[in-house]
Amino acid sequence: MSDEKSTDTIHKTPQTSPRQSATFDEYTNSEIRRAAATGIYDIRGGGSKRKLPHFDDLLFLGASVSRYPLEGYREKCGTDVVLGTRFAKKPIYLKTPVTIAGMSFGSLSGPTKEALGRGASAVGTSTTTGDGGMTPEERGHSTTLVYQYLPSRYGMNPDDLRKADAIEVVIGQGAKPGGGGMLLGQKITKRVAKMRCLPEGIDQRSACRHPDWTGPDDLEIKIAEIREITDWEKPIYVKIGATRPYFDVALAVKAGADVVVLDGMQGGTAATQEVFIEHVGLPILAAIRPAVQALQDLGMHRKVQLIVSGGIRNGADVAKALALGADAVAIGTAALIALGDNDPHLEKEYRKLGTTAGAYDDWHEGKDPAGITTQDPELMKRVDPIKAGHRLANYITVMTMEAQIVARACGKSHLHNLEPEDLVALTIEASAMAQVPLAGTSWIPGVTKF
Amino acid sequence: METLKFDLDTKSLREVNQFLHGDASGLNGKSIVIENPNGAHNIAVGLKAELDVTIKGHAGYYAAGMNQIAKVTIEGSAGSGVAENMMSGHVHVKGFASNAAGATANGGLLVIDGDAGLRCAIALKGADIVVGGSVGSFSAFMAQAGNFVILGDAGEGLGDSIYEAKVFVRGKVKSLGADCEEKTMNAEDRQILADLLKKSGYADVSPDSFKQYGSARTLYHFHVDNAGAY
Repeated sequence: MSDEKSTDTIHKTPQTSPRQSATFDEYTNSEIRRAAATGIYDIRGGGSKRKLPHFDDLLFLGASVSRYPLEGYREKCGTDVVLGTRFAKKPIYLKTPVTIAGMSFGSLSGPTKEALGRGASAVGTSTTTGDGGMTPEERGHSTTLVYQYLPSRYGMNPDDLRKADAIEVVIGQGAKPGGGGMLLGQKITKRVAKMRCLPEGIDQRSACRHPDWTGPDDLEIKIAEIREITDWEKPIYVKIGATRPYFDVALAVKAGADVVVLDGMQGGTAATQEVFIEHVGLPILAAIRPAVQALQDLGMHRKVQLIVSGGIRNGADVAKALALGADAVAIGTAALIALGDNDPHLEKEYRKLGTTAGAYDDWHEGKDPAGITTQDPELMKRVDPIKAGHRLANYITVMTMEAQIVARACGKSHLHNLEPEDLVALTIEASAMAQVPLAGTSWIPGVTKF
Repeated sequence: METLKFDLDTKSLREVNQFLHGDASGLNGKSIVIENPNGAHNIAVGLKAELDVTIKGHAGYYAAGMNQIAKVTIEGSAGSGVAENMMSGHVHVKGFASNAAGATANGGLLVIDGDAGLRCAIALKGADIVVGGSVGSFSAFMAQAGNFVILGDAGEGLGDSIYEAKVFVRGKVKSLGADCEEKTMNAEDRQILADLLKKSGYADVSPDSFKQYGSARTLYHFHVDNAGAY
């Protein structure tokens, strides 16, 4: 009998393991169900979450027989950067190339803006306003404040323009190049509404185009107007989302920019459509070299400074961005995490919101348990601007030191001496995008023959 | 009143603007004449003192842009963005104005005797604009606050996605934009209109000859059912 039984088992038709589709994966299916139930696209904050070719796909070669390294902790490796040397009477001097990206009061709470100002000022770098104008808190706590001049012109007034240390004409951002914004009614408190001249509690649309100019020739006149108003004192940045970086950078230079800010698709937004975030624009890795090429072709590299942003997380990313030709970087999402955003100690509260620490991105709903992306007066009390600012300062200090460690290992006495020659790529894609050789070869796809 | 003359044929625009940005206590009450503007851009931008500036001819883009307190008269036509983002004061264009006149202006009064181009009063944030002639298409697009008076006709898409700004038109409106509708003029609005007509030199024009337009407020909260309206 027992022999018969075991024979049956052997001859039973074998089953394959349940197999999930790589195309219709768990997230995709959940989005189909969500769209089917609601009839409306998904809105969220943050930048692209998909895996993209990024700085992790690059490695520094370091010094060896053919290159001299510099002594760690002993030999100087400069980190300072001067922005706005082209036309401005008063360029900006920063101690670190890590700056804080534009983020608005409205999307962020008042204490968060204050914390950003405190942290950045402590380490000698700049913060940037956002849509909705400049708050006194922000000006007061930021030694160097860049004032964004946006299509919506919410809260824009010439007194603030004059109070700023630099002005950033925003044409686009990496999360949504070609798109405007939407701040939903729950975040339009009395104060936010007043600053934006809109009724309290309504959904507020931020324009995607500037109201009084179109095209690069007009931009040139607009920049001249801002220079005239500020008596040619302030550096004027032009911020673009990474799409056609070679042409856009060239046109920004032609229009008279002192500094170009180039934001990749990993750069965050307060709120926009998921489809926009994930499917429009370029990862920053693919955008830096064409941007630098445009500057070099015009003889303006290092004369018009380039700030890059979108997924900068650590000193290695900073060093790699600079090695590819940028003068400085900007951090947004990383700065918020340093302040306490998406922290695991709030896991219970993230669970209540149907998410988990690290994945929370419904910033537009104003329910952020960390008190950062909210206007809720109770929630925002959770941000202690002094402590959070201290954490941000620590984080930027670490990033700067990490970049120095890498630069010294490459034999560079200043972060700006890093160069593409110091890098290789781990993947063919990254090699082609960053225009550095595939590791172990001399091959750069599109540049040299294999 | 002391009058100072600047000739843009012999003095740079930058020098003139920097003079006009000087210490308000030394500038208040001064009368300035700018000769030979010849369509230069950015004339008299960023003023912030009690100045009376007359531009003797045509101005280019952004004339009197971001004006505060000052009175600026353009004795000719103005290019794009005249009095853009004005905060207060008075800007008077005696000729025509190009596109985006008074864009995002927060306060003060902009008077254009002639016609204005496309997107006049775009994203208006609280200023008053009076146009003696007609305005081009897409005027008062996303206008948030303030009063916009048009004595002539309005082009296509007037007041598209308008918020709380009030629009008064005496002539014909080619078409209204999304969420813009005709309103019944109440006594308060009639008074606003009458005051603006008087202040801008049209005291003899009856407010009763105007129709008023404003937001239907159906797009104030995004809803999928409205997707077809955009």
